[in-house]
Amino acid sequence: MSEVKKIATRESYGNALLELGKEHEDVVVLDADLAAATKTGVFKKAFPERHIDCGIAECNMIGVAAGLATTGKVPFASSFAMFAAGRAFEQVRNSVGYPKLNVKIGATHAGVSVGEDGATHQCNEDIALMRTIPGMVVINPADDIEAKAAVKAAYEHVGPVYMRFGRAAVPVINDNEDYKFEIGKAVTLREGTDVTIIASGLTVSESLGAAEKLAADGISAEVINIHTIKPIDEEAIVKTAAKTGKIVTVEEHSVIGGLGSAVCDVVAQKAPAKVMKIGVQDVYGESGPAKELIKKYGLDAESIYEKVKAFV
Amino acid sequence: MNKSELMKTANGVRKGIIEAVHSAKSGHPGGSLSAADIYTYLFFEEMNIDPKDPKKADRDRFVLSKGHTAPGYYSTLAHRGFFPVEDLKTLRKTGSYLQGHPDMKHIPGVDMSSGSLGQGISAAVGMAISAKLSGDSYRVYTLLGDGEIQEGQVWEASMLAAHRHLDNLVVIVDNNNLQIDGAITDVNSPYPIDKKFEAFNFHVINIDGNNMDEIAAAFKEAKEVKGQPTAIVAKTVKGKGVSFMENQAFWHGTAPNDEQYETAMSDLEKVGEALCQK
Repeated sequence: MSEVKKIATRESYGNALLELGKEHEDVVVLDADLAAATKTGVFKKAFPERHIDCGIAECNMIGVAAGLATTGKVPFASSFAMFAAGRAFEQVRNSVGYPKLNVKIGATHAGVSVGEDGATHQCNEDIALMRTIPGMVVINPADDIEAKAAVKAAYEHVGPVYMRFGRAAVPVINDNEDYKFEIGKAVTLREGTDVTIIASGLTVSESLGAAEKLAADGISAEVINIHTIKPIDEEAIVKTAAKTGKIVTVEEHSVIGGLGSAVCDVVAQKAPAKVMKIGVQDVYGESGPAKELIKKYGLDAESIYEKVKAFV
Repeated sequence: MNKSELMKTANGVRKGIIEAVHSAKSGHPGGSLSAADIYTYLFFEEMNIDPKDPKKADRDRFVLSKGHTAPGYYSTLAHRGFFPVEDLKTLRKTGSYLQGHPDMKHIPGVDMSSGSLGQGISAAVGMAISAKLSGDSYRVYTLLGDGEIQEGQVWEASMLAAHRHLDNLVVIVDNNNLQIDGAITDVNSPYPIDKKFEAFNFHVINIDGNNMDEIAAAFKEAKEVKGQPTAIVAKTVKGKGVSFMENQAFWHGTAPNDEQYETAMSDLEKVGEALCQK
């Protein structure tokens, strides 16, 4: 098997902004002293006048983005998920969400795959926070292709959008010609009949790996990539719940309030099925290489395989 | 408008504040009354705005960072013709577009939703940056409370405003010296306010914020400033114009009852009569 191409979705974010900037004069990128890490630096190099470094002041950055949006600019406010969604939650809620302003939030370094920086920088709560804000679109892309498509779709969508990107390089899985990204539309990557694995972000490729292993054991697993946590694709969830009757959600996020909870909200009301939530189990992260942490927190293909096998 | 007309208008704005808050049985009269002269000058003299075209592209922008003094803002907008003065009586009522705090989605003339303290100034900075990016000539005004500047975000925004040389931005601090829990000097003193803005590289102007001549002079001076934003520190009287509300922290967020309403309106009537005799 040839080596799989790996790219961190934060790289995709920076590259997609550069392309958007070339096409659209109204795109303005904001950062909070992390342009080298969030990868908005490539946009800054090309369009220095449209890159506003707010310094280490994320709450103000979100408010400045809101002000820019009132005048017709399309601001992409960029920081780590911990600060964009965590520290600036109330600014996002009151200055962006409530007036429904056309602000895009690019949040990188989400989840435990931040790695060595440890718990203070590993945001496992951002999706939970953002999905409670009325009108907020929440997107968690799985790979480079999806991340770039998400940035473009976010630009075209009128209203606030939260995008979650990772620090660690992840395999490119959507490099097929008929790939199409639509906000709110789930992607079925593998058909199955015994169990459904619903994943998001970097756990999508791990879930595909788990499905391979399950197949070897004679278990047919359906794998669905939910890149948009809000609005969630209820139709796809209801359909698969009726088909397999067993759902496993996998996310690099707390099992409280994230993808698993969003799926349960749908399943409990519209298509009763047994659900198991794999994710960060109400604990903080820690320092270590991303790959080791993903394994330690049970989000790698092997761990998913074992848990799903026991569940089925 | 000449000075006398502006003062009469400000008195009308004050009556609107009392009408609105009395009708709502809640709201924030104190800081609305203290800023009534500033509101009046901004909306009747200073700003390029058109009540018939509230969203015109080249309008000057205003962000009420101290959003709780919405009654003063709404009364000014109503008297300026953005919506009927009669609607002030629907303030804070279920179904009314006149929300407790400014709502840009539903209120004509409101450029930014606000109310959570410290956030409005950031949006104003964003608007001023946008004008610079596009080469637009509109100016941006934002009104803050002196208690509000205890919020750290105010200083994050101020640092960026000066760093980016936003000479199209005017920050006004309504320095009425009182906040909910008492005098700002007793709660958590932000003094010296002028020196703080100076240290943040603002052009600073100290005025009596209830004196129309000084207000006019300050905004004229601000227009001449190049390369840095302006902060106008406006010393005001909280509850200005209503005898029993003046300099009382209690009237920060309390509505007058029927009897107090009569006294307040009578106070303002007398002010109005005196202005007419001048």
